[in-house]
Amino acid sequence: MLEQVQRIAIHADDAAVARPARLRVLRALARRPLSLVGAFLVAAFALMALFGPWLAPHDPTAIYYSAVLAPPSPSYPFGTDATGHDVLSRVLAGARISLSVGLVAVGIATAFGTLFGVVAGYLGGWIGGIIMRVMDVMLAFPDILLAIVVITILGPGLGTVMIAVGIAAIPAYTRTVRAAVLTVREQDYVEAARALGASSLRIMVVHVLRNVLTPIVVLVTISLGLAILTSAGLSFIGLGAQPPTPEWGDMLNDAQNYLQQAWWMAVFPGAAIMLVVVGLNLLGEGLREILDPTIR
Amino acid sequence: MLTFVLRRLLWLPPMLLAVSLVTFVMIHLVPGDPVQILMGQNPTGGNVQLARHELGLDQPLPVQYLRYLGNALHGDLGTSIRSGRPVLAEIGDRFPATLELTLSAMALAIILGVGLGTLAAAVRARWVRGLVLLLSTLGLSMPTFWLGLLLIDLFALNLRWFPVLGNTTIQGTVLPTVTLALPAAAVLSRVTYAGLSEVLQQEYIRTAQAKGLARRRVVLVHALRNAIIVVLTIAGLQFGGLLAGSVIVENVFSRPGLGTIVVSAILGRDYPDIQGAVLVFAVLYVAINLLLDVLYGVINPRIRVS
Repeated sequence: MLEQVQRIAIHADDAAVARPARLRVLRALARRPLSLVGAFLVAAFALMALFGPWLAPHDPTAIYYSAVLAPPSPSYPFGTDATGHDVLSRVLAGARISLSVGLVAVGIATAFGTLFGVVAGYLGGWIGGIIMRVMDVMLAFPDILLAIVVITILGPGLGTVMIAVGIAAIPAYTRTVRAAVLTVREQDYVEAARALGASSLRIMVVHVLRNVLTPIVVLVTISLGLAILTSAGLSFIGLGAQPPTPEWGDMLNDAQNYLQQAWWMAVFPGAAIMLVVVGLNLLGEGLREILDPTIR
Repeated sequence: MLTFVLRRLLWLPPMLLAVSLVTFVMIHLVPGDPVQILMGQNPTGGNVQLARHELGLDQPLPVQYLRYLGNALHGDLGTSIRSGRPVLAEIGDRFPATLELTLSAMALAIILGVGLGTLAAAVRARWVRGLVLLLSTLGLSMPTFWLGLLLIDLFALNLRWFPVLGNTTIQGTVLPTVTLALPAAAVLSRVTYAGLSEVLQQEYIRTAQAKGLARRRVVLVHALRNAIIVVLTIAGLQFGGLLAGSVIVENVFSRPGLGTIVVSAILGRDYPDIQGAVLVFAVLYVAINLLLDVLYGVINPRIRVS
């Protein structure tokens, strides 16, 4: 899956050279109805993540013994689960968990992937060779399996999942950034900087890095959705968040035992995951098409 | 041609070595006493020293790795802590179910994806294209574990069309297949749509249309044939994703397979089982990708150069 994203994002490097003004990108986004829907969904979930605890009618971990498996009602709009937790409050609290897990994972992948990609692409040589061979080995494991290797070593848990999903995405970032760097490296302005006597480090940071930002931005938007999906999936199979943490994947894990009695336990957390990922994908697709002239 | 295939095949041994090194190192990075890790809480006879010697843990690490590699090559992947059976036998029992699920999902994804993509590219009504593209975004964003739960609820529990859980018969494979196939179908529908719309703009299509051929014939015979190579290439890339996705889908449906072994082994700290299953998964993945690589080289000569 990431490979697809990566291949698509590589195309965006042509746009890096054009470096479109931010305002133009925003205007172009606003003209696309689906991108607007995406932006709206992402903004809504970001607000939920920021203000969820104040919006929630109940404490997400409080147990209401008098209302176990209660169907949706005015006091529990999304019903309650088998333990007696308020599902709405847990869905709201889950936004912060899912978004931060996704952001940390993507942050890890971006940081290391950019570092490795720039070094491998700009310096090349034996260091670059070693980096790319290590990435090849990592790509020999499907991303969930790579995450499972990390979880085996560190033990199940939410923190582990962030690290695991982040590490699993590093090869895709490294390859994308390296490919972008390889094209940027041949540009005249890099040649000019080198002729002026700028050091490799300065050229990498000031000239190369700045011009590979566009493919990175596109990759981040799209892989954030993917990271949220994978993390929730790992929590669903019991390798991530542990109860009573209000995490969407873990809530669905709980819900599968009560599908017949309590549909609300499965419907709301699942819909939350899907909506946030739909939002990120719509926004990412919009960005990609605007920033990447080869698609139009 | 031959050198291309050979060059690719030469890549296989170092990859397999690296993969085995990762699974070997993984176990040694787990915190705790390796004897307990490899033999469970109670080493045989309670004699830790003997167990240490039996497992070769008193040897230096490189020697241990070579021993692990030698054993693996002879099909000895250790003994499962939970069942006491050889790991390879455990995996062998479960493996066909995983392969079956992955292959049937691949087939369904190609049928659905190519069908919908063709519809989007060929039908002139704009809403058809919009609908297919929207469906594909939804398919890409749908958590498979949620989709699986909804399908179980609707088709197994309410309508009772399919058995509920832990079933590897043909009926029991239908819902997991649909669940696993949808995201891949979403990707393939886009690729088909993009490829086909490009082909449909070419001169020979206009010629075919000018000859008075029915549009259906032009699209299905003349255009699709040329778009299909790209679609199959992407389908091949999806195979690894499906293999990985089976880990989650098998657990949603409690379907006995490699994915359920891995997860239950992690939760039960059965390290030999984890190590074996991860190794088999990775070897399979590397082998399939290599096979596809070679296959594309044969089909499409342009790839051989790069």
